[in-house]
Amino acid sequence: MSLKRWMTGFMEKNGLLVGLYILGAVTLWIVLMIVLPQLFMLDFSFRYNLPPAEIGGPKDVYTLSNYKYLIYGSAGSAADYNWIDLSVFLQTIIAAVFVTLIDLALCYPIAYYLAHTAKGATGRLLILSLIIPYWVNEILRAFAFRIIFGASGVINNFLVYLGLIDQPIDFIREDVALYTGLSYAYILLMIFPIYNAVESLDRNQVEAARDMGSGWLRIHWRIVIPFAKPGIASGCTMVFMLTAGALAAPQILGGPSSLWFTQLIVQWFNTGGNWPRGSAYAIALLIACVAFVLFMMRVFKIRVGEIGR
Amino acid sequence: MSQAAVELDSVTIKFGDFVAVRDVNIDIGDGEFFSFLGPSGCGKTTLLRAVSGFLEPTDGHVRIHGNDMAGIGPNVRPTALIFQNLALFPLMTVWENIAFGLEVRGVGKRERRDRAEELLDLIALPGQGDKMVSELSGGQRQRVAIARALAVEPKVLLLDEPLSALDLKLRQHMRTELRAIQQRVGITFIYITHDQGEALTMSDRIAVMSAGVVEQVGKGADIYDRPDSAFVASFVGENNAFRGRVTQISGDEVKLEGRQGQLVGRFNPDNPVREGDEAYLFVRPESFKFADAANADAVNTIKATVREDEFEGSFHHLILAAGEDDYVRMSLTNDGSHSSNLKGAEQSVRFEPARGVVLPIGPLATE
Repeated sequence: MSLKRWMTGFMEKNGLLVGLYILGAVTLWIVLMIVLPQLFMLDFSFRYNLPPAEIGGPKDVYTLSNYKYLIYGSAGSAADYNWIDLSVFLQTIIAAVFVTLIDLALCYPIAYYLAHTAKGATGRLLILSLIIPYWVNEILRAFAFRIIFGASGVINNFLVYLGLIDQPIDFIREDVALYTGLSYAYILLMIFPIYNAVESLDRNQVEAARDMGSGWLRIHWRIVIPFAKPGIASGCTMVFMLTAGALAAPQILGGPSSLWFTQLIVQWFNTGGNWPRGSAYAIALLIACVAFVLFMMRVFKIRVGEIGR
Repeated sequence: MSQAAVELDSVTIKFGDFVAVRDVNIDIGDGEFFSFLGPSGCGKTTLLRAVSGFLEPTDGHVRIHGNDMAGIGPNVRPTALIFQNLALFPLMTVWENIAFGLEVRGVGKRERRDRAEELLDLIALPGQGDKMVSELSGGQRQRVAIARALAVEPKVLLLDEPLSALDLKLRQHMRTELRAIQQRVGITFIYITHDQGEALTMSDRIAVMSAGVVEQVGKGADIYDRPDSAFVASFVGENNAFRGRVTQISGDEVKLEGRQGQLVGRFNPDNPVREGDEAYLFVRPESFKFADAANADAVNTIKATVREDEFEGSFHHLILAAGEDDYVRMSLTNDGSHSSNLKGAEQSVRFEPARGVVLPIGPLATE
């Protein structure tokens, strides 16, 4: 009943043609692009990896074996658990948390500065200079980072020239390049939600707190951050999700010993030729990330609705 | 004489080439309720920000209880500011708002809570500490803002048009309330307003500002009855301005020749006119009386016709046409001696010379 009323209202407000287009486009987008593919992936993840001839045959039944593999490894192995994959899984999530925190620490001051201090032309120029570098595509940027951080790269040469180090530091092996690349990759997705939130803060509140004798740290801790919490949550969620799911940066900038869980997924799909197992790994990552985000939102008392603001 | 609480010593504030405040010299006494009154853009808020420390004067000094405040930030000045929009913290409860300044000073939670309750009693909101600010009415928020500012025990409380968001009834009630709170706590209040009613009813003294300049400082009655400039005369209260040429000055009487013939007013030695000058004669609406046959030829009698009769209950506000271009505003007390509607009546009006003041030509306040 209320849905019908909403529909009538929606059509009256937008006109039949526009209304139908918006409804159709959104439905198509959600169903065709989001729900269906994920359902196929979910379905895939519960099946055996069969040769094409046997698909749909008597052997094509549902199974948990792909998920079991992630946890216990192959039945033939000596270890109780699949430590190799599990540790990559955990490391990826921890590293993503780490990158998110770095980005938050970097972006909060920038966002606050943009929203409350930079005025007019300066502000616009700063925002432009944040956006324009993102015209450079991801692969190019990742390789450029490789060159900068390489053994004979600009940074090492400079440090050696200053005499701070004798031998070039292997930034790639130490994962410095990886973390820098990942932190830089999604910085805008952290800045803009925080910027949006902070911008709507009444400047008088900051001045009032200052007038009460508050120092800057407390002003941020008690006034600005609580106010910007939805924006911070929104930025952190996006950066965390995208970092955990990143592929190009770990592939290009990762050291020889570091492996990102997405790389394992790709291996199963591509070289392994085992799509069901790849799907199971991908779904496991998705669920873990969503669960982690929901948990953190509960800890910080943020409702999902607030993030949309 | 006791030391001034706030001393403004040749304070000038410029923004680029624009002079927002020009050479202000005022001493505000300890425990005084002092108002800066002026139209928007006259520089009064800028001056207040210089006292609170959010900006530094370009020239001159702000001293509080004798200490020069140059280079001392708003967070360490012994002042507390109440913002025009109050700027209460929406994510804190009422008591946390009030106790924020104490939290900053490292006071323990229990003591903060107790102090907040005391202040809630002072502002007549006992037991409301756990509410959120959004649950309070406009007048209650107003009082919470006052309590929050008083919590830090400032030597000077600065108020930037804090009543402007309230409706008329509440505003009038809050005037009394503010004045009462000020007398209870006994600290200096500096009040910024464009509302002359607020300034007149609450203040010990008022500084009238126009275009960055302090035009006159004095008690409410001084400002109202003895304005020193055309701006003050026209800004504070209703006033009739008659323009003319000064023909004779004798003692404290000035004779003025204008479109209404000869009018006589009081000479103001603080802003004197000279014979032959163009000048304004200001007469308050309540200073006019109807002329009767007995004094029809007395001085300061103007022939007029009542054009409008705005009846306000206790007063008739009349607009009378006097000749081609002149209008006279006149207020009559509704004491039963006048007919209920005077519109259209031909009626000469007059005023005592002592009730009019002659001042040099200067800019008038535009509403």
